[in-house]
Amino acid sequence: MTADLAVVGAGPAGLAAAATAARLGLRVTLLDAAERPGGQIHRHPAGGPVPRAARRLTRRLPYAPGGRAGTSAPGRAGAPRASAASRDRDRVTYLPGHHVWTVARDGDTWLLHAVAGVDEEPAVVRARAVLLATGAHERQLPFPGWTLPGVVGAGGAQAMLKGGLALPGRRVVVAGSGPLLLAVATTLAAAGARVPALVEAADYTAYARHAAALARNPAKLVQGALHGGALLGRGTRLLTRHAVTAAHGTARVEAVTVTGLDADWRPVPGTGRRIPCDALAVGHGLVPQLELATGLGCATRRTPDGTPALEVDAGQRTSVPGVWAAGETCGVGGAELAETEGEIAALSVTGRTSAALARRRARLRAFADAMAAAHRPGPGWTDWLDGTTEVCRCEEVTAATIREAVDGLGARDARSVKLLTRAGMGWCQGRVCGPAVARLAGHDPAPDRRPLSCPVPLSQLAQPPGAER
Amino acid sequence: MSDVPDAVIVGAGVVGAACAYYASRAGLTVTVVDRGSVAAGTTGAGEGNLLVSDKEAGPELDLALLSTRLWRELAETLPPEIEYERKGGLVVAPDGAALTALRDFARGQAAAGVETHEIPADRLGDLEPHLAPGLAGGFLYPQDAQVQPAMAAAQLLRAARADVRLGQEVTGVLTDRRGAVRGVRTPRGDLHAPAVVNATGTWGAALAELAGVKLPVRPRRGFVLVTEPLPPGLVRHKVYAADYIADVASGSADLQSSAVVEGTPAGTVLIGATRERVGFDRTLSTEALRRLAAQATALFPVLSGVRAIRAYHGFRPYLPDHLPAIGADPRVPGLYHACGHEGAGIGLAPATGLLVAAALRGERPPLDTGPLRPDRFDDTEGDAW
Repeated sequence: MTADLAVVGAGPAGLAAAATAARLGLRVTLLDAAERPGGQIHRHPAGGPVPRAARRLTRRLPYAPGGRAGTSAPGRAGAPRASAASRDRDRVTYLPGHHVWTVARDGDTWLLHAVAGVDEEPAVVRARAVLLATGAHERQLPFPGWTLPGVVGAGGAQAMLKGGLALPGRRVVVAGSGPLLLAVATTLAAAGARVPALVEAADYTAYARHAAALARNPAKLVQGALHGGALLGRGTRLLTRHAVTAAHGTARVEAVTVTGLDADWRPVPGTGRRIPCDALAVGHGLVPQLELATGLGCATRRTPDGTPALEVDAGQRTSVPGVWAAGETCGVGGAELAETEGEIAALSVTGRTSAALARRRARLRAFADAMAAAHRPGPGWTDWLDGTTEVCRCEEVTAATIREAVDGLGARDARSVKLLTRAGMGWCQGRVCGPAVARLAGHDPAPDRRPLSCPVPLSQLAQPPGAER
Repeated sequence: MSDVPDAVIVGAGVVGAACAYYASRAGLTVTVVDRGSVAAGTTGAGEGNLLVSDKEAGPELDLALLSTRLWRELAETLPPEIEYERKGGLVVAPDGAALTALRDFARGQAAAGVETHEIPADRLGDLEPHLAPGLAGGFLYPQDAQVQPAMAAAQLLRAARADVRLGQEVTGVLTDRRGAVRGVRTPRGDLHAPAVVNATGTWGAALAELAGVKLPVRPRRGFVLVTEPLPPGLVRHKVYAADYIADVASGSADLQSSAVVEGTPAGTVLIGATRERVGFDRTLSTEALRRLAAQATALFPVLSGVRAIRAYHGFRPYLPDHLPAIGADPRVPGLYHACGHEGAGIGLAPATGLLVAAALRGERPPLDTGPLRPDRFDDTEGDAW
C-alpha cells in the first residue's frame, strides 16, 4: 500500500498534520520513535492517559478503547460508527515505536525505512508525500563538572517528571537559557522540589527590543518572563545574565558556582558564588532535529539563535519537491506554532491554503524569532570551560584536545574537529556536543548530516528490498 | 624575494600534506593552501587503508611497496596519534575457484616483492576466530597496515613546517607571458611561487582546468558503515573477500561492493566500501548499505546482531586507468600533479610526496614515473562521464 502522506513525528506538528490530512481525505501513515503520541511536550507515562492538552490532537489517531495507542492497521481500531472522527481515524495508520533512519526516493514515491519496536524489526513505508515533523532536542553547553551524576538536562528533568519518574533531586538549581527554564522550575517546584535559583544566561530585558512581537503574543509565559519570573515560587531567585560555570561534588553534584556574564556570555571575573544543591537541571534551548531532511538535501536557513533549521515556503514545502516540514524542524517556536504549521502543511499537500492560519503562523513565528534572538548563546561562553572539561562525553574528548585540533592541527569546523579528535563520533553522533564543538572551532553549527538517523542493526540493513507496511 | 616559497601545494589532504613533508625535508620551502580544513575532502572520508594486498604487480604496487617502507619510517617520526598499525590483511576465498584465482594473483605479487602467506581453510580461525565457516582458504598479507587518515594528514602537515593557508580557495593559476606557472590566485590575494602542485584529489580536474590543461579525474563514490563499539579483538586484520580485487580494478560506473571489514582502536568496526560513479551525489544509497551489511555479516556472522551507528561517503579521485597522476605536467612549465589515487591515496601518499619532491628539485625519481605521467590521457578521455 502506498500512503498519500507519511508523517514523521507524532508531536504537535505531526499530529495536527495527520489529523488535518485525514480530514481532507488523505490516507496517512504516522511514524513516531516514541511509544506514546504527543512528542516531547506532551510526554506521558506508558499506560497512563494521554494528557488533556494532547487529547485534541490524538483524537483522530486509531486508538483502542481506553485511550491506549494501538499499532493498528487502518480500520481495525476505529468504532464502526460513521462519525467524522472515526472515518478520519480509519485513514490514519499510526506506527509508534518506529524510528525512521532514512527516507529514500524511489521513482515518484518515497520509502521510509524504520527500526521498529524493542526488537528492532525492520519496517518500510511507501508514500507519495512526506512531512517531516521530527522536532528538536536540547542544546547543552558544557562546563566543568557537567558530567557529574545529578546534572540533568532541563528538558530531560521535565520529561522525567511527565513520564512519571522521580525528581532528579530535592534541591534543584535550574540553569541555562530559554523560556523552557521557567516551565521546568515551576514543574519541579510543583512536584515538591526546592528550586533555590533559576539561572538564565540571557537577559529577559532583551525581549523588550522585540516589543511588537511580544505584544501580539500575550502568553502567560512571556508575562512571567517580563515580570522577572513572577511564575516562580518565592523561594526561587531569578538570576539573569548568569550561568552555572562549574558543578562541584565527588560522587554527585553538591553545589554549583554561578557567575555573572557580560553581553557575550563571557564570565565576569570575581562574580562567582556557590549555591548548594543536590541536582542541576540545565539546558540552553532547543535545536531542530534535521538529519532526515539534510539527508534528502533539504535547504536550511539560520535562525536568530544561530541554529540551522529547514527553509520552507508559505505552504511548508521544503526545497525538495514532495517533502514538507512543520514544527520545530523549521525553527523552534513551541507547540502552538508547530500545530499551526502542521495544519498548513496538510492543507498544502492537498493544494489548499488558509489565510487565518498563515496569519497565526506569522505572528507566532515573529515571536519565536524574538525569543531565539534573545536567547542566542553568546560566543564568550567557551571561556568558562577549563582544559579538562569533557566536551564530547561519548568519546571523552576534552576542551583542550579540541582547542589543540583547531589551533595546532588545522581543524576549522566541527567535522574536521571530529576527524581529528573523535568528538561527536560516539553513540549520540554529536547531537549533544555538536553545537559546542562548532563554537570551539569558531563557527555557528552547520546543518547536521547523519545518513543514519538512529543505530540500525546490520542484519536489518542487509535485508533485501521487499515488504512494505 | 625570500618570502616566495619554492612551491605552492594546493590541497591539505594526506597527499598534499605528504608532498609538503617530503618537499620540506628535501630543503624546499612550501605554502599549502586549501579551501577548507585539513583532511576535509576524501582523506577525511577514508578508512586509512595502507594496502599492498589488493594491488596486482605493476606501477601501483611499486608505489605501494615504496609507501609501505615510508609509512614505517613515518610511524617512527610522527606522534602515535596517527594510529599506525601493521595489522596485516587477510583475503579470503569463498570457494575453490576463487582460491585458485587468488593463488595466481598472490604469486604475481610475491614476485614483485610482496610478502604473502597462504592460509589453509582450517587455519583461518586461528587468525580470525569469528570468521564464517566454510571458506575455501585465504592469503595473509603482513605488510597491509592502517593509519588514522585525518590525523596522519594533520601530523604530516605539522611536521612539514609549511606555511599553511586554510579556508582559502584557489580561484586561478597565475602564469607568465611564456605560459609558465608563477603562483595561484585566492580571494585573499595572490600566492607567488615558481611551482604549483595540484594535490586537490577528486577536484583535480578543476584545478588542472584553471591551469589550462585537462586531467580527467572523476569522483567514484564509496560508502562506509561504522558499527557501535565492540570488544577488542573481534576483528583482528583487514579482512575481505577475494572479489574485492576485481571491484577495485573494474572501471564500471555501476555499484560494486565487496566489504572490507576491520576493527579500529576505538572499538568500532569499519565496513567499506562500495564503488560507483554517480558524480558528486551525496544522497544515501540504501542499496549500497544493504550490500555492505550483507557481505560483512556473511564474512562475520557475529556482526549481524551489531548496530551500525554511522554511515558516510566519500568521493575517490578516479582516473580511467586507475593510476594516479604524479609529477611535472609537460604542458605547463611549473605545474605538477599529485592526484587521482582513487581509493589508495592514504596508502600511496608518502611515495607520492617523495616523487613530487624529487620532481620539484629536478632529481631522478626513486622509481619509474612513466606510467604516472599527467599528460598520458587522450584529450577526449573522461568526456563521456
